[in-house]
Amino acid sequence: MESGADEGFGAARRTLLRMLTLINSDGPLAVARNNVEVQRMSALEVLGRPQGSPKDRPAVVNDFSIVVATVNGSGSQTANNTLIRAIFKMGVPVNGKNLFPSNIAGLPTWYTIRLNKDGYVARRDQAEVLVAFNKDTAAEDLAKLPPGGVCIYPADLKLERSRDDATYYPIPVKEFLEDLDPKLRDKVATMVYVGALAELLGIDEAEIRAALLQHFRGKEKVVDLNFGVVQTAAEWTRENLPKSDPYRAERMNATEGLMLIEGNTAGALGAIFGGVTVAAWYPITPSTSLIDALNGYLPTMRLDENGAPTYAVIQSEDEIAALGIVLGAGWAGARAMTSTSGPGISLMTEFAGLGYFAEIPGVVWDIQRIGPSTGLPTRVSQGDILSVYFLGHGDTRHVVLLPGTVGECFDFGWKSFDLAERLQTPVFVLSDLDLGMNLWMTRPFEYPDQPLDRGKVLSAEDVNRAGGFARFADTDGDGIGYRTLPGTDHPLAAYFTRGTGHNEQAVYSERSDDWEKNLDRLARKHDTARTLVPQPVLDDSGRAEVGIITVGSAGPSVYEARDQLREQGLETDYLRVRALPMDATVRDFVARHERVYVVELNHDGQLCKLIQLETPEHAGKVRSAAYCDGLPLTADYVRNAILEGES
Amino acid sequence: MATTAKPGRTPSPKTNLIGLEKSEYRGGVSTLCAGCGHDSISSQIMAVAFELSLRPSQIIKMSGIGCSSKSPAYFLNRSHGFNGLHGRMPSIATGATLANHSLLAIGVSGDGDTGSIGLGQYKHLIRRNVPMTYIIENNGVYGLTKGQFSATADVGQSLKYAGLNELPPIDLCLEAVVGGCGFVARSFAGDAKQVRALLKAAIAYRGTAVLDIISPCVTFNNHDSSTKSYPYGKEHEEALHDITYVAQYEEIVVDYEPGTVREVRLHDGPVIQLRKLNEDHDPTSKLTAVQLLEESAEKQEFITGLIYINENRPSLPELQHLPETPLARLDESALRPSRAAFDHLMAGLA
Repeated sequence: MESGADEGFGAARRTLLRMLTLINSDGPLAVARNNVEVQRMSALEVLGRPQGSPKDRPAVVNDFSIVVATVNGSGSQTANNTLIRAIFKMGVPVNGKNLFPSNIAGLPTWYTIRLNKDGYVARRDQAEVLVAFNKDTAAEDLAKLPPGGVCIYPADLKLERSRDDATYYPIPVKEFLEDLDPKLRDKVATMVYVGALAELLGIDEAEIRAALLQHFRGKEKVVDLNFGVVQTAAEWTRENLPKSDPYRAERMNATEGLMLIEGNTAGALGAIFGGVTVAAWYPITPSTSLIDALNGYLPTMRLDENGAPTYAVIQSEDEIAALGIVLGAGWAGARAMTSTSGPGISLMTEFAGLGYFAEIPGVVWDIQRIGPSTGLPTRVSQGDILSVYFLGHGDTRHVVLLPGTVGECFDFGWKSFDLAERLQTPVFVLSDLDLGMNLWMTRPFEYPDQPLDRGKVLSAEDVNRAGGFARFADTDGDGIGYRTLPGTDHPLAAYFTRGTGHNEQAVYSERSDDWEKNLDRLARKHDTARTLVPQPVLDDSGRAEVGIITVGSAGPSVYEARDQLREQGLETDYLRVRALPMDATVRDFVARHERVYVVELNHDGQLCKLIQLETPEHAGKVRSAAYCDGLPLTADYVRNAILEGES
Repeated sequence: MATTAKPGRTPSPKTNLIGLEKSEYRGGVSTLCAGCGHDSISSQIMAVAFELSLRPSQIIKMSGIGCSSKSPAYFLNRSHGFNGLHGRMPSIATGATLANHSLLAIGVSGDGDTGSIGLGQYKHLIRRNVPMTYIIENNGVYGLTKGQFSATADVGQSLKYAGLNELPPIDLCLEAVVGGCGFVARSFAGDAKQVRALLKAAIAYRGTAVLDIISPCVTFNNHDSSTKSYPYGKEHEEALHDITYVAQYEEIVVDYEPGTVREVRLHDGPVIQLRKLNEDHDPTSKLTAVQLLEESAEKQEFITGLIYINENRPSLPELQHLPETPLARLDESALRPSRAAFDHLMAGLA
């Protein structure tokens, strides 16, 4: 990534615009240009130089990463969110990734903050600035620093300075907290590194205070307490630790008009604007925060004129019951949803098959993590693509939405209900831990541009006019029948719902021809779904031989890798799948390119296999570039995988 | 007991208060074995729905999987029905009643569906107090899979297919009482009158009402030594009370000696009259209910009737403070917050 040195801000802005346009796929960003001139030098360029005195090294501005190593449960999330929001408010593109253990307290956790003036938000393998606040991992963390890196650590850590190329900043953490109530010390200890980083990197203290105000929802007392520690630490750093490293954050305005939000919060807000009425769930990382956000926003956003909630959120006894409640509610006319992760999905299998065959609307969010069983429950994966698409027994293919940005989490949050009711089927939304639980920059969301689509529901008057109805007759040729809701007051309105064989009139049947006709109609319905689900995001020059297909949160790593490949002389085209079943766009894209790499975050190349199934005549040129190690993909990985394939 | 209806409001023999005939409560033709206890219960459900003048379109019929769970297809064709998954009817009913709390849910399950695969959902349905009548057609045996013991089979019992059962039974009434259920009753499919009275009371109850009905399986478990058989039930049934359900619109003329009748007034006005038979059982005491169930199991007595009633727990929709208009009937103006609310939200997130 050596282009940074000579690019003016205009070029950087264009990069950001292009990238956010592509990954947001919801129109260009309307933001002002920035004319601020700062010295820019990418991290890689610094590393390529012979090491002189640190003070002689040119500044590295807004293009480096910070890794904060702490002990789980130490309250570092507040500190890290504060840092991210402050940097973001300085106008610097930023992304945070939390690598945390499956543990309440005591195990190591790492939080990585990437500042990138060009707007790249994918994970990087290395971080130049280390906050080594966990004594158990400090030595290992120090060893991982790139050449010339920075290590900030508590003075009493007795850290062995094993790296002579690093810059060390020991901070007397305990001394800053001595005057505080002992009960409060642990809660604000992490603010010490916020203060030290603010001073050393040049993060605006006013923005830190603003971020704390937002985090603590305007509670001045707790903000003052935390900010006091930040200021004390910053002041001490200023007086005692001369700056001797090149890393700097400097104000720009590349984030104007944008906001920061987690995918799970975005998805919950989407559901609220989609009219969710029943949500049933069972706690599971990393999906719980989606329901937390529902519970956080619903009480203020969804009360009727008498103050009664227009929704019910039920914590069920397990994921089986969660989907049972969703299907019962969807059958009776509610907009019902659940949110889970892989192990919950497997428990829901039987209900998913019933919902598909009994044709009942419902929305199931799967915030993917590494499975099976408990697997690596706090690490990201896109490992449920195949299992969810075919979830059930017998011939089952579900409608699956694949958001790749927080904006799409919001959009699919409401669109999924329209699709579920239109298609009368469970609709799955596959997000993942990285997209769901980390903070991402986004343009503000768009208010839904279509009214609620409640699908083919007959009223008593409709039934009366038609003189009855056959629940599973394909009257319109789209594979979708008409339904009535329980409570429809007409003698001919009722029908019997079952998973067992049934004919068009919903009457029990074990006849072969009834079964066959039903499956044929369901296949037609699946083809109808192809025309209704979100289309892929496409960046296709029509000239490149190489196409890259990706999905979900893998998008940013591919986007960055494409820029790197272009600099090395390899043009690529890009397609991000946003739903299953796939439409003709994917087939055409594969057909047009000589070689197609499918980049996804799992081991077996699940999306790749699906694409091969959908395009058998081109299967040989579709190659898997899948990878799964529990961490979000890096551009380096994607670039190398494609270069390797091309060599 | 003697009751007379208000003059001028007597239903004609052919139609009930909402003008429907008995035939309009019918279901499809049963495919269960001739003489199955479940068919008898289906008949009582139809009779009760007719007698209570229930509107069929307001009823939902819920079930799991098994012989019992097939039966909702054999009554009330004009009501929506949902034959769900094995042991999972409670969750479906929970969702349906949350979506539309104006519906009257009647669930039919079996001893396998409730006592084995569905025991967890059964307990959690009760814990949430989902408003529904939950009927267990209990015959101690799996029919559709040809005669395995269920979890309610008696210890020491022998069956041709399954051999000797060495495990103690799960008492589904006891589980209900312990789980906080506010309406727990046991009956016998061969005692149509009592089944009808209990069904009416259960339907009028505002939370989860459990009705465990011993319903003999004529094919696999109807021999004399089985406590789930017709001969055993007829010989050993001991009703706790002579129970009468008195709906709101009837004027009650009671002519009993003092101290012989308990009256339980339900939420919306109906009254359950319990006439003392042998020993007096107080169904409002949870401890007494538990003691009764434990002792009758120990003495191998087949007691039937209203075992426990408590109307003080709010039902799930009440706990959720749901609006009067069912969630399923809310329109876009209620479901989608305004553009102004959206703009306010976005401004707060920026």
